[in-house]
Amino acid sequence: MQPADGEVQAKRMVAKGRAAGQRLGAQGAFQFLYRWGTLITIGLLVIFFGLVTDGFLAPSNLVNILRAISIVTVIATGVSISLAVGGFDLSVGSVASLADAVVISVLIWWGRGTAPAVFAALFACLLVGAFNAFLIVRLRVPDMLATLATLFIFQGVAMTYTHGGSITANMMLEDGSTAPGRLTAAFNAIGQVPTIIMVMVVAVVLVQAFFSFTKHGRYMYMVGGNPEAARLSGVPIGRYRTYAYLGSAVFAGLGGVMLASRIGSSQVNAGSAYLMDAVAAAYIGYSLGGSGKPNAFGTFIGSILIGVLQNGLVMVSVPYYAMDIVKGAVLALALTLTYVKKHGS
Amino acid sequence: MPTTVPTTLEMREISIAFPGVQALDRVDFSTSTGLAHALVGANGAGKSTLMKVLAGAYSHYSGTISIGGKRVAIKSPRDAKAQGIQVVYQEVDTALVPYLSVAENVMLDELVNGMQGRFLVDWSAVRTRAGAALEPLGLALDLEVPVSQLTLAQKQMVLIARALSRSCRFLVLDEPTAPLSGAETADLFRALRDLMARDLGVIFISHRIPEVKRLCDEITVLRDGRRVARERSSAMSAADIVEQMLGRRLSEPAPPSGARAQGGGFEVTGLTDHEKVFDVDLRVGAGEIVGLAGLVGAGKTELCKALFGASRASCREARLGGRPYRIVDPCRAVRQGVALVPEERRREGVLVDESVATNLTAASLASFCSGALVRAGEVRRAAAGMIANLGIRTPHARQIVANLSGGNQQKVAVGKWLLADALLYVFDEPTKGIDVGAKRDMFDLMKRLAAGGKSILYASCDFPELLGITSRIYVLYDGRVVRELVTAKTTEEEILSYATGGR
Repeated sequence: MQPADGEVQAKRMVAKGRAAGQRLGAQGAFQFLYRWGTLITIGLLVIFFGLVTDGFLAPSNLVNILRAISIVTVIATGVSISLAVGGFDLSVGSVASLADAVVISVLIWWGRGTAPAVFAALFACLLVGAFNAFLIVRLRVPDMLATLATLFIFQGVAMTYTHGGSITANMMLEDGSTAPGRLTAAFNAIGQVPTIIMVMVVAVVLVQAFFSFTKHGRYMYMVGGNPEAARLSGVPIGRYRTYAYLGSAVFAGLGGVMLASRIGSSQVNAGSAYLMDAVAAAYIGYSLGGSGKPNAFGTFIGSILIGVLQNGLVMVSVPYYAMDIVKGAVLALALTLTYVKKHGS
Repeated sequence: MPTTVPTTLEMREISIAFPGVQALDRVDFSTSTGLAHALVGANGAGKSTLMKVLAGAYSHYSGTISIGGKRVAIKSPRDAKAQGIQVVYQEVDTALVPYLSVAENVMLDELVNGMQGRFLVDWSAVRTRAGAALEPLGLALDLEVPVSQLTLAQKQMVLIARALSRSCRFLVLDEPTAPLSGAETADLFRALRDLMARDLGVIFISHRIPEVKRLCDEITVLRDGRRVARERSSAMSAADIVEQMLGRRLSEPAPPSGARAQGGGFEVTGLTDHEKVFDVDLRVGAGEIVGLAGLVGAGKTELCKALFGASRASCREARLGGRPYRIVDPCRAVRQGVALVPEERRREGVLVDESVATNLTAASLASFCSGALVRAGEVRRAAAGMIANLGIRTPHARQIVANLSGGNQQKVAVGKWLLADALLYVFDEPTKGIDVGAKRDMFDLMKRLAAGGKSILYASCDFPELLGITSRIYVLYDGRVVRELVTAKTTEEEILSYATGGR
């Protein structure tokens, strides 16, 4: 009996070991997919579009993609800052519209130079960011609701400021005269390749460095990860949440300035179109490298994914009205990966 | 009113085991309707487990339960409720839906389980029946008000009313008075006496001996999963009860902790948070380990948080290390040299999704920075040093804290403050849920800190542990320090007697 028993036991153990090995393998593959899934998807998409279209891999088209995503990326890095403290900023689209209106108005209505215009726009964004922070940190309105309200407020402020219309060079003012200012060469350059791409890259690198290498960045992650533990560790959580909403608004404002330069005028609600793409990019970015947290590089990759999809789908002649289906599906996939991981472990 | 014959409840030889613990060992328990029966015992004596058996929370116990002389099978909560056994647990908020009205909360069971395929809610019936359930409690409550607007005492009444809205013969109350004021407790007791006169049986779990004596006719004392006494409450003095809770076994003699008060240290007078902590004076010398003894709900955690500025607290005067200490917020507490190891480790003590290194440097990150930049190399070295120093069992400093054992998480929560180098260390239940080896490490650590001239305030409801390591003990009852004891001259019995409201 004894040897037989031993044999059975040994067999069982081998079987167990094998099963464990398989499980580990599956787990490992899943881990790998979780970490690098976004990059792999981008790679597969690039190969696919490269094979089925002629012009997709042309250098000019790749630059095109980068240029097209630069505004979304800059706004999305701002969103990732608010996500890092466990918050959420829905007002970024309206803030971008506001920055668009302010920068153009200073140039055209008031005839000032590029630097004053850009600074005025970013300063206006700091103010509205402070208002968000006041509602959320001081008055304790839940972030999603507060920024939903300010989404409307800032949008309305921008529209009221422009009297509900667009601002263009040589436009007729209310007193019948022609607007004195014009768009400067320096301002026009912001929206052109290569400046626009460089601005994006610098913004991403700066924010990522801020998250990774400064104590302020680490504190923000602590606040977002567990506010109570962070507070009891002596982190002033109110202050860091305030910083985050200021940061979010400034990057949204920068996106708005780039947008203004890109279209060369101020259009009603021009920024609101960027809200959803920016949020999507920031969320897709969570999983990059397995960090599981909002981060700037991930956000960049997220918006590359969106950009590649958009560009490629146009090239394979998917009608524009069906594109949102694909975009939404990709977002759902990316979020599934992120949240399956969270509950799985 | 017709006189009714009391119905008896008998639990015989109830035993139940969980992995590694014999939670109940052939416990007998009996009471009847029309009476209040107290169930007392130290933490972990098995009171809650026994009542969970009665409530049908477990099915793997042995022993028998009979009601009115007939054996009944209680294997699920549904069985228990069918027998008229209703339990009101301690955490009232988990059982209430805050934005539904009082009427809906009272009738919640009925609305969920009693609809029988009906589609529409009969609101007038709901209101009438909720009012009828609240009426015997003598409580004038607006039925339409959302429960979120009620006080804790009123919420408890809503839960009791819910229990009464179903057929209820035995009402089990688990520590109902812990959050209540004196007047609210008196109201509750008055309502319970009315209900008892209408043939309801009350089973009352409490740490508070004076209240038990006031309300209950009979007392059952449990210790280490066994029944050690069952008496009429008039036949037992408070001292008898405490003695039975602990057994006659004397506590081990406290080894001298080697800690002696030196100059400096920490001192506070008139500490108040206006809710759970009132007018507390404390003194912790440099190099001294001082205990803060109190049962669950006595206000230990609130006191620790008040000291740390984590709640809206104020004090008359406070000094730390020879300088005035201002209670503002945790951030400034840390800067002035106070460290708090909170009770809720996973929720408040560590960032579970972050690495060991990040956690260890969370409170002292500024000292690893040049300007705003974190010097990653130094963070790694400091973390590695602390891991070795505290014997934290982790493969590497990049390990996520969620993957460590409870004891090792606790070491991380403490290690964070060792790197921050504070003057006063406040430990709130630091040994909760960690194994014996980790406990010993924790005590060694406290002694080492004290030997280095730090002040240690150690809050716990585990009195033998307090006796083993402290030099003095403050006993907390109902948010006030009721006694200061010198450890060498006191016993577990004495602490427990003060902690349960004795004089």
